[in-house]
Amino acid sequence: MPFLEIDNLQKSFGATKILKGVSLEIEEGGFLVLVGPSGCGKSTLLNTIAGLEPVTGGEIRIAGKRVNDLHPSKRDIAMVFQSYALYPNMTVGQNIAFGMEIRGVPKPERDKAIADVAGLLQIDHLLDRKPSQLSGGQRQRVAMGRALVRKPQVFLFDEPLSNLDAKLRIDMRTEIKRLHQRMGTTIVYVTHDQIEAMTLATRIAVLKDGTLQQYGTPAEIYNNPTNIFVADFMGSPAMNLIPATIGINGKGATVELARDGEKPISLPLGKASDALSPYRGKPVTFGIRPEALTDPDSADRDATAVATADCHIEVVEPAGSDTFAVTNLGGKGVVARLRADAHVQPGTVAPLAFNLTKAVFFDPATEMRIA
Amino acid sequence: MSRPSADVATRNGVFARAFIYAVLILFVVYYLLPLYVMLVNSLKPLDEIRKGNMLALPHVWTIAPWLEAWSTAQIGVQPIGLKPYFLNSIMMVVPAVAISTLLGALNGYVLTKWRFRGDNVVFGMMLLACFIPFQIVLIPAARILGLLGLAGSVPGLILIHTVYGLGFTTLFFRNYYEAFPTELIRAAQIDGASFFQIFRRILLPSSGPIIVVTVIWQFTNIWNDFLFGSSFSSFDSIPITVALNNLVNSSTGVKAYNVHFAGAILAALPTLIVYIVSGRYFVRGLMAGAVKG
Amino acid sequence: MADATMTAPGAVTTAKTTLQDLLPKIVLAPSFAIILVFVYGFIIFTGFLSFSGSKLLPDFSTWVGFENYVRLFRHPNWIVSLQNLAIFSVLYIVICSVIGLGLAILLDQKIRGEGFLRPIYLYPMALSFIVTGVAWKWFLDPGIGLEHAMHQIGWESFSFRWIKDRDFAIYTIVIAAIWQSSGFVMAMFLAGLRGVDNEIIKAAQIDGASTFMIYRRIIIPLMRPVFLSAFVVLAHLAIKSYDLVVAMTDGGPGTSTWTPALFMTKFTFGRNEMGMGAASAMVMMMMIFAIIVPYLYSELGGHKK
Repeated sequence: MPFLEIDNLQKSFGATKILKGVSLEIEEGGFLVLVGPSGCGKSTLLNTIAGLEPVTGGEIRIAGKRVNDLHPSKRDIAMVFQSYALYPNMTVGQNIAFGMEIRGVPKPERDKAIADVAGLLQIDHLLDRKPSQLSGGQRQRVAMGRALVRKPQVFLFDEPLSNLDAKLRIDMRTEIKRLHQRMGTTIVYVTHDQIEAMTLATRIAVLKDGTLQQYGTPAEIYNNPTNIFVADFMGSPAMNLIPATIGINGKGATVELARDGEKPISLPLGKASDALSPYRGKPVTFGIRPEALTDPDSADRDATAVATADCHIEVVEPAGSDTFAVTNLGGKGVVARLRADAHVQPGTVAPLAFNLTKAVFFDPATEMRIA
Repeated sequence: MSRPSADVATRNGVFARAFIYAVLILFVVYYLLPLYVMLVNSLKPLDEIRKGNMLALPHVWTIAPWLEAWSTAQIGVQPIGLKPYFLNSIMMVVPAVAISTLLGALNGYVLTKWRFRGDNVVFGMMLLACFIPFQIVLIPAARILGLLGLAGSVPGLILIHTVYGLGFTTLFFRNYYEAFPTELIRAAQIDGASFFQIFRRILLPSSGPIIVVTVIWQFTNIWNDFLFGSSFSSFDSIPITVALNNLVNSSTGVKAYNVHFAGAILAALPTLIVYIVSGRYFVRGLMAGAVKG
Repeated sequence: MADATMTAPGAVTTAKTTLQDLLPKIVLAPSFAIILVFVYGFIIFTGFLSFSGSKLLPDFSTWVGFENYVRLFRHPNWIVSLQNLAIFSVLYIVICSVIGLGLAILLDQKIRGEGFLRPIYLYPMALSFIVTGVAWKWFLDPGIGLEHAMHQIGWESFSFRWIKDRDFAIYTIVIAAIWQSSGFVMAMFLAGLRGVDNEIIKAAQIDGASTFMIYRRIIIPLMRPVFLSAFVVLAHLAIKSYDLVVAMTDGGPGTSTWTPALFMTKFTFGRNEMGMGAASAMVMMMMIFAIIVPYLYSELGGHKK
């Protein structure tokens, strides 16, 4: 049975619709990440779950109980805010215990709870400081401590790492994942960072303009995006989305990729292309991730359909662990991910291997997945 | 703060610098001269003012004009000095400042953190109230005070000053709380704090600077008010500004300039002291009152 | 309730949450009600009075239409008041801005002792207009003030008796008002100057602009909002100017220094012409609103939430 259910949730500010009927559910102990560009409604969705904003329509249930009309403090949730929202006039300890103080929990009990959480997060030595005396990472920990001490049924995180520098962000990401594995509490987590989404989630919901684009496991979202938006949004560097045409040769269907001043590349699609047959001779959008477009030596040996074609290399970007090469296909810059020591030179022609088992196709008009 | 433009000026040579300092010092003289004149002449016998030079230091130093201004000068028909009126002003200013500041803080809290449909209209109307020429409310206000039985009383003046200060106090707190992170309020809501708990435990402890600014602003404005004081007071509620004006502009008797100057300084002293002690906040209030939004 | 950002959701379950939901409005309501009555209600009341034949006391039994306004604009004292307001506000606004901007620019040149100078320029703003009036009244008084002092030091031909002169008395009020407010305008401009992005100035220096050019072409144009704020503040102080006139000249000599605010109180309470007094107050309010309303509208509309 799903633990947190969101059923056809709608939210409007005046005439502006922020959420246009979103339905989601997550099992107990799951880690749900809401991801999307800014303005997609993900933070609003989180705030409605918290009860900080009233909904216009639909229902929210936690453990089978409708919570729409409950005050935030009665929903048995805890929230970590983007700015951490630590009360500036209180010490770390008072911040953590403020909720208990409001509920009238006796002091000895509060002190014990503070000590437990502080030990867990290794912030014991900070308890008497004010938030202004803490570093960004320490504030982040205190904010998590304030959430943990409530022992809620659901944790809500609103872009909790976006104010940290790059290295600390990765450390804290691991820490959050470790905490989740240890406590097993259900988490709803908002981010605009698709890497955070991939690394943390058990389920990802991709939102755009107040509608749910796709809901699934990280692998599903990454490998089988339902539309161009999801394909483009998830993954870094982004998936190459190349205007192409479906053609036929003696052995079956092909995908034709135009090139500047040369004849198009024609890649055989073999038999696994029934869904594409209505598109013969028509334009499609051919999607291939950079790691599926590589130098022939690094190509996936288990892949059943790898096609190699000579491509004109325009730019080479060594990134240490990999080397990225940019070529031009279908009028667009296309990124290939080569091994670190691949010998390619800008301005030369090099063979690139297309792993067509990983390729996806979209209808350019509807932007929906075809195959 | 180092500014590149200043670095350029540094190279412009000694003459330019000398000119700049000369102009700045000239204006120091302009701004200080009236205060200097008031001060030195309040310490002279009257004779010395009439016959001597107003800009000169006293030959005979005396504090008699100060004593007279404080306790025996003829104001209206009574020779009782400014002291009772000074006390009237204090009785009026302290409650009016306290009440209008508290209400302004609550209004600012509601208008920024508990927004509702039409909150901008409410705020706009309160803000516009800061700018009306008070002549337009004089006649009806006099009637209302009469109906409430507060005509010519200190409580009546407290009411008037509270009402017409509300726009500014609300403006100050609203602008301050606007910048106060809403996430903190949300965190406190999740922690279960109520409307007043959030105000008292989260906002008020962080409101020190704006409280100081507002209190100084209100104190200065109400202490210095003349129009309401002259319109709505009777003998036992006349504030110091009105009494000073009566002292100086009374047409009877000899003009005791030295007493006038001493009285003027006495009337100015409380706000001057506030300015000297906390000029930074005073300027911030002026700015907040001038630069809206 | 539907658009409230933070109140608990609309459908409430217990009486306690109902109260909590309404509390913000309950807290704001008294202030708003008071403003509605004491400001807007009173404006309407005065508006009615201005169309009535009220003399000593409010009288709503005789309606005279626009007669009070017609009499007002035919009354020589009102015409003098308007002329004085025009002279006073133009000189006051222009000179305060020039002095304010000039001092701010000079103070911005890495001046040693800025922290000492600034408070001296600003302190008059802490004084009551009555105190300012008393100081300047006697300082400019020919009998004991500046003229007398100059004669004492041997400059017998020195003459400065504007405050006693019908044609010039209004200018003495301008001098005192500028003394009181120009430091404040300086502070506004100085804050504006300090708010200019340093990188823009550095870029201009790299482009080879002189200090003068940087001020004229870059910094001063960037301070348009400060000019606007200063104008609005000074204009509205000018229209309200009352205390200073009362303290310095009480309208005299004759009626030569009357202003609209003085006219209103003298006619209403001195000459028992309440209808005309109300009409003059309405005209004052319209003048102020003509300046303030567009300003507030643009300021509040600018960053609407």
